[in-house]
Amino acid sequence: MIPLKQLLRIAPMLAGLALGTVSHAQVKVGDLFPEVKGPQDTAAPSIGGAVTIVDFWASWCAPCKASFPAYARLNAAYASKGLSILAVSVDDDPAAYARFVARFSPPFAVLLDRGHLLVRQVSVPTMPTCYVIDRHRRIRFIHAGYRGAETDKALQKEVELLLSET
Amino acid sequence: MKAKIPTAVALVAVTLGTLCTGCSTAPAVRVHPWERGLLADSIMDPNRDALGSAMMDHVTSSREAASGGRGVGGAGCGCN
Repeated sequence: MIPLKQLLRIAPMLAGLALGTVSHAQVKVGDLFPEVKGPQDTAAPSIGGAVTIVDFWASWCAPCKASFPAYARLNAAYASKGLSILAVSVDDDPAAYARFVARFSPPFAVLLDRGHLLVRQVSVPTMPTCYVIDRHRRIRFIHAGYRGAETDKALQKEVELLLSET
Repeated sequence: MKAKIPTAVALVAVTLGTLCTGCSTAPAVRVHPWERGLLADSIMDPNRDALGSAMMDHVTSSREAASGGRGVGGAGCGCN
């Protein structure tokens, strides 16, 4: 027989085990995008109030490299109409992140998600993944992976749709 | 009087609790997409040295009459 008192003593340990094994669920279409906060190196633009694309990328991810020029084109075409793009790096190595940013000089906001705080909350299904968010901070479209012209076309259509909404 | 729980009941409760916390349903692959930086390194690509691969192909082909079996593309980032 195990005394109830003893079982109650190990209960917090079991609870800790439970919490430790539960991972964040993936955010999905219709969810509110989490607040962007944490020890990032630059001030993160606020999400909500503007149509926003949040892209998760890494310097070691080849499709991410291919997607940056496409986001630059989107930014050039729609930033003046109210589109905001935020590219969140999940790099472990800040130097690799800095080299990538220096090479591509993105005309939109980039930040390093130190400690993977944001990406853990979002739990991206693959790299890269981008979230198209409406003015009310609600995720309307998700693109897992970057598939060149196909993704570009879809993003353009979605951004135009969200910009047309009040 | 001290309240006591039978050992068997306690063990079953702990086992069930452990299983319900995700040990049974957690995916076998624990490396998240954002943690694959090291796996994506070119050193993880078995075909990163084209000349070396061609030489090994020649060796296996001439000595063992074997060829092919190099159908793995890319490194381990699993991108796209």
